[in-house]
This record gives sequence, structure tokens and C-alpha cells, in this order.
Amino acid sequence: MAKIKKKIKTIKIDADKCNGCRSCEIICSAFHATPKYSAINPARSRIQVISHRLKNIWLPVFAGEYTPSECMGRDIYVIDGKEYDQCGFCRSACPSRDLFKEPDSGLPLKCDMCEGEEKPLCVTWCLADVLVYEEREEEVEEEVKPEDVEIGLGSLIDKYGLEKIADTVARMSMAKKA
Amino acid sequence: MRYAETGYNLEIDLATGNIERVETDPKMMETHLGGLGTSVKIHWDRVPPEVKPFDPENLLIVSTGLLNGTPAFSANRTVVTFMSPESNLLAYPMMGGFFSAEMKYAGYDKIIFRNKSPKWVYLWVNNDKVELRDASHLVGRGALETQDLVRQELNQPNAQVAAIGPAGENKVFTASIEQSRSSASRLGGGAVMGDKKIKAIAVRGTKDVNLARGAEFMEHMKGVTEYIKFRNANPIQDVMTILSGIGSPQEMVHTDEKWHTENFAWGNARTRRRDFWTKENEENWTKAQLGSVKRLISCFNCPQHCGGLVSYQGGPYYMMKCFGKLTYCMGAMVDDLGFNFRILNRATEYGVDSFSTPQILAFAVELKEAGILTDKDFAGTSTYEACPEDKEGRFFWLLDRVAHREGIGDILADGVYHAARAIGNGAEAFDHNTIKKHEQLPLKLGMLDPLYYLMYSTNEKISITQIEGQWPQTPFPTREQREEFVKDWPQLPDEHFKQYLLDWELRGENSNPYYPTPEMCCEIVDWMEMLHNIDDAVGICCGMSGFCLKPPYHIHNYPKLISAANGMDLDETSLKKIVNRSRNLHRAVNNRRGMTRADEKPPTDHWKKRFPEHEELLLSTYYKYKGWNMNGVPTKEKLHELDLGYVAEDLEKRGILKDGED
Repeated sequence: MAKIKKKIKTIKIDADKCNGCRSCEIICSAFHATPKYSAINPARSRIQVISHRLKNIWLPVFAGEYTPSECMGRDIYVIDGKEYDQCGFCRSACPSRDLFKEPDSGLPLKCDMCEGEEKPLCVTWCLADVLVYEEREEEVEEEVKPEDVEIGLGSLIDKYGLEKIADTVARMSMAKKA
Repeated sequence: MRYAETGYNLEIDLATGNIERVETDPKMMETHLGGLGTSVKIHWDRVPPEVKPFDPENLLIVSTGLLNGTPAFSANRTVVTFMSPESNLLAYPMMGGFFSAEMKYAGYDKIIFRNKSPKWVYLWVNNDKVELRDASHLVGRGALETQDLVRQELNQPNAQVAAIGPAGENKVFTASIEQSRSSASRLGGGAVMGDKKIKAIAVRGTKDVNLARGAEFMEHMKGVTEYIKFRNANPIQDVMTILSGIGSPQEMVHTDEKWHTENFAWGNARTRRRDFWTKENEENWTKAQLGSVKRLISCFNCPQHCGGLVSYQGGPYYMMKCFGKLTYCMGAMVDDLGFNFRILNRATEYGVDSFSTPQILAFAVELKEAGILTDKDFAGTSTYEACPEDKEGRFFWLLDRVAHREGIGDILADGVYHAARAIGNGAEAFDHNTIKKHEQLPLKLGMLDPLYYLMYSTNEKISITQIEGQWPQTPFPTREQREEFVKDWPQLPDEHFKQYLLDWELRGENSNPYYPTPEMCCEIVDWMEMLHNIDDAVGICCGMSGFCLKPPYHIHNYPKLISAANGMDLDETSLKKIVNRSRNLHRAVNNRRGMTRADEKPPTDHWKKRFPEHEELLLSTYYKYKGWNMNGVPTKEKLHELDLGYVAEDLEKRGILKDGED
């Protein structure tokens, strides 16, 4: 496959600066509401502050790829005397937890870096400077990126099986036509 | 669709366990906005004045404000209302933290508790699923520890929990409701919660809060955000560091406590120690603080960090804020700040107000020294040791007794006012720092301050720190400083206020107590009160509004933000009218419970130099300005002007308002 140059957008997280306010969650959910800014719901946010206040853990994590299966990672990391489980750092929407899933549908959520904006709004809204937007160029293999609908349907297929989804879609489209 | 508010309250009957999700009348938002405003209305409608604080009919309302859950920075206050066991008036302590937003996301504006549960319970609200759960295993647990225990038990790490500790269970009049890094502390909300046998309230919500005109709202927020950045980069010059910034006083950041320790009174609000801030004490305090504050933390959606996650010398983590950092040291007359860090941990788990409680303990120490309390009162029993002799040990011992209502602690637990009367034998004279039966800041000052005189006397909050804020505490010494200060002051309700400040001098004709003149004082105090009333209706932290100099939120941007959020078309006049309506209704609730002009008095020794005639003039002028009669009751005319005709009728029927009285 051909190598292409790709702009990699990412958010660098300085967790030590996090004051735990969750402004990032609020602005993310507001930006992604339809119409834009019409509703706020941190449970729909693509960035979440994982916190254990009395363990001094405040850790913003933004949503990465959807994964259909649980991983084996159940390791414990001790950093600066604080215990984190491996899931704490993981950005995936996966079957083993509720993180990064639409509360209504359970469909996976993924950070899109607030496409169309100069930089992700969580970065703009974090006045504690925890989140820093970074762009860099990398050479990567060319790949065909699946559309959002495809990712969503894929996750439903993983959960319920292809047959059930196909049947449901067929039944619904018939009902709609009728 | 409802905007900004959810349009639903939870009604919990603790006697029967009945839970209802009740749609609210949209008219309520139009007339009282939300938060404190709509809660006051419910108390007026549903709690007759005969109801005593520990009667089953006393309502405990946990309320969000209109802007909680929206992107408005610092909209995170939860207001708790109830008839206070200490003052017997309608109290409204508030907490920051994370609770109110979670309640909104769960789909509720208020949780209204009535009656009493036969056994200990906690309420679990998970969106539409709401249940009362057994809490017998949590009895005796600390207020902070309970929050984590409930989260673990429910397997809900993201649930927000408000809980009481043993002090609340034992109905200590200064018991707080603790939640995350915050607490609703004053006037005994924890006691009322304990009386109803509610150990905790846990909430998790994953629903939407809707904005009527979201894009417009965000445009207004850009201005607010820019101003927050500006103020954080530009502290106000020529005022005490603690007053120079925005947010709650940055007690977790600043280590210089010369001002508090030398200007506030130690012990039972008695002694000013003008030479306290020595090099040695400064080193001790700085070391204790910097070594203990592990992280600066904020409340929900707030860019400031007024709280600290602390652990003293490897002790357990807990969260600290504001003036609580030093109140126990000052009450106990202990110079070592480490003592405060140790005892506040225990006090937080007990769940007690860190303003009132140290004063109660110091009051007991004074009574012992005066021979009014004796060794017998400080003796041990089969379950606890006798009181140690040292200052620190004595305070720990007294705190234990008060929280558990053991021995003398059972009397002290009712607060200084009530305890003094129960003890008698001259103890009443030691109750020298209360207003309306409630402990005040330990301030003993020189010259009468007319603005503070009015705020102390007349506000329903009965706590100066949540009334003051917009106006500098003292005049700037030079004309240049004043000109510099007024140059950039967009928060002013009207330009003519600038002249008041320019002419305000430290000494001479234009100084306290005669300047600002009574008329000017009325305008200034009314402005401060109005802004706090908006804050408390919308759930914005007064640290970003009413409580600080040149705040991000003010009367000129509030109407725009609120209108974009809830779809109303409010301007400054109509917004002021709404909060004025609620404020007068609150006063009427208290008038109906017997509050009169005679109660509106700061402590006799609050200032050394008093001016009885001028004070009476100030009070009368203010009453008139507010549209109240000379007994401090809103007049019929005023009530009608605020569409509160039904209140006038009720007050007349009860003989509180009489025909022809102004």
C-alpha cells in the first residue's frame, strides 16, 4: 500500500494541572449536540475526566477507537505513589465499561478534534492549561477510513450479530414503507 | 420543551417512602427564576409558620439553580433550604462541588423531602430510577467516607453524593451537609437531614440539559471567558491579596495570613493578636500549608481552584477550602497551623460548620475559665476520657462531645445562643457574637461601618460573607488609587456610583460612619444583595459574581445569559424585579415566623465606636428604600408592586401587616 503524509492531530494531557472541573466534558457535549450548543450532557462527551478525588487522581481521557472486544489489560500502574488501573488510561469505547458510549443508544463515541474549529474546544475551554493541542505530520500507510455510520453499525453487529441487525433494518424499512 | 431548567421536581415522602416525579409549573420560572427563588416560594406555600424545624412538616429542599448544568462557568451551587433549628428562620446554605449539575442531568430541578423516615435511609437517584435504600450500615460513618462507601456500594464511580456525618445524625445545630470538596454548612441543614433520617443523597444523571438559544449563549460566554482570563492575569491593585482575585478567597494558594490572623479575633471572637504574624509563625504556617495541599481543585465547570486536596503529614486525604484553613487554630488560640489541618479532617468527617463550630468550642473554653462551666462538665465517663488540659487536646475533646452530643456537648451542640441560655449563670454574656442566634465571623473592629451595619442587620443569609463583595471593604487612601479603581468598572449598575467611591475617604468628613451617606449605603447594599440573589437563583458561585470585586458576572451580562439559556426575554429591570420578588417573599417567610426590627442587630461589640442614633437612621432609611415598614416588613404597596398580593393578604390576616402602616 502507498505511503502518504498525514496530519496527526492530538491532545497532550498534563494531568497534574487538572483541577477536576470537567469543563472539557461540558463543552464537548455542547459542541456535538444537534443543533450545535442546544444541549449539554457530559455523559455524551468524548472526553471524560476519570477521577478518584481522595486518591488524588484526576485524569482527562479523550475517546479513541471503538473496539469490539475486551482486552486482557487489567494491570495496575503505580505512578507517583498513586494506583491507576490500565483502563484508566485507555481511550477505547469497549464492551467492558460504559465510557465513551452514547447514553441512549450505547453507540460508541470518538473524538473528532472538533472538526471545523481551529482546535478542539476542550483545549480552548480548559483554562487550567491541562490540554494542549498538537499537530504533527507523519508518514502512514494509506487506509480507507470507514464512515461514522459504518462504525456505529459495526458495533451493533458486534453486539447483536449481523443477522439480527440485518433483520431489524429490513423490518424497520418495511414498516416505514408501509 | 423546557430550557435551562428540567421542569421536574422529585417529591419524597419519607414517612411512607412514596416518591413522585412532579412536573413543575413553567410560570414558577417566570416569577421566581429558580434555585433559591423557587425554593422560597415552595416554603411559603407549603410550610406554615407554626412548623418547627424538627417537625415532620419542615421541608428540606435540595435545589439546583437555573444555570447549573449549562456551560456557564462556575454554575455549580446547590442551595439547601429548610427552617433552621438554630435561627428558626428560613436558611439557605449552599454548596459548590458537583451535585447540582448531576441532578440536572438526572432530570430534576429540586429534591423535596417531607416528613421523617422511620429508619436510616439514603436516596439513590439514577435518571428515572429513584429509590430510598437502607442506610443502617452507614450510621456513624464520616461524611466524607460515606460518599465513597455509597459510590462503591452502588458501583457508580460517577455518582455525586451529599452526606451527613455523626453530627448531622445527632442533630447538632451546626451540622453540615458535605459533598465532594464543598459543603452546605451554615444553620444546621445537616441536623434537619439527620432528623429526617437521611444519611446521604446520591445522584447520577445522563440526560440532556437544553438551551433555548445555545449559539447565542455561547457567544455571551466568550465575553465572560475573556474577562475571567483578564481578571486572573490582572489582580486588583492596592487591596489585600485575598481580595485581589476572583473566585472564593484563594486560601489554598496564598500563604500570607497576616491579615486574617491579625485582624480577625481569636478565641471566642475576643482577642486581636496584632503581632501574630512573626517570622517564626509565618514559616510554620507556610510549611504546614505547602506541605499539606497536594492539589488545587475546583468545583464543577469552574476554571478557578479555590479548594485543596490536603493530607497533613501523610494523614488521610480530605478536601479543604476557604477560611476553614484557620478557624480552629484561631478558636483554640493555637499557633501551629498543623493543628488546624488535623482537627479539620475530623470535623469534616463529623460534618460540622467550620465557621460556627470553633466558636462554640471556644465559648465553652471561656465558660470554663470564667468558672461557669466546671471540672464536672469536662469529666470523663466510662466511654470517654476526661478533657485534656492542653489547648489542642481540649478542642479535640470538645469537638468529639459536640458531634456525639455527649455530656456538655449535648448543650453546646445547640450553638452559642441556645447553649448560653441553657447553661445560664451568666453564660448569656459570653454569647456576644451572634445575630439572629447564629454565630458570626470573629470580627471585632473599631469604627462603625455603615454598609456592613446594614448587611449584617438586614440580610436573610445571616452570614456576611455571602452578602458583601461588590464594594471595596475600605476606602483607597489616595485619590489616584480611587481614580485607577473606578476607571475600569463595567460591573457597576450605574455610573453615578463611581463618584461615591471617589469621594470616600479614610478620615474626615467623607469617611465612616457618616459617609457613604445613608442614602448611598442603601443603593450600594441593595446592589450587592441583588447580585447575590441572582447568583443564588441561577446557581452561579458568588466567588465569580456577588462576592468579589469586579467579577465576570454582573447585572449587565446576566440578563443576556439567562435569556439565551431559558428563552425568556429578560432585561435588567425585569431580572431585578424577579429576584426582588423572591427576596421580599423570603423576608415575609421570616416575618411570618416572628422576625422583626428588634432582631436586626449586629453584635454589640462588633465595632468599638457605635452611633446608636445614626444606626437607627441607617436602618430606617434602608427599610424605606426597600419598601418595608419601620418594623422591617414589606409594605402592602411593595408586595402588590411585586405581584405578591397574596402575601400581603396573609400578613394582614395574621396581624403582621396592619392597615395604614407604612
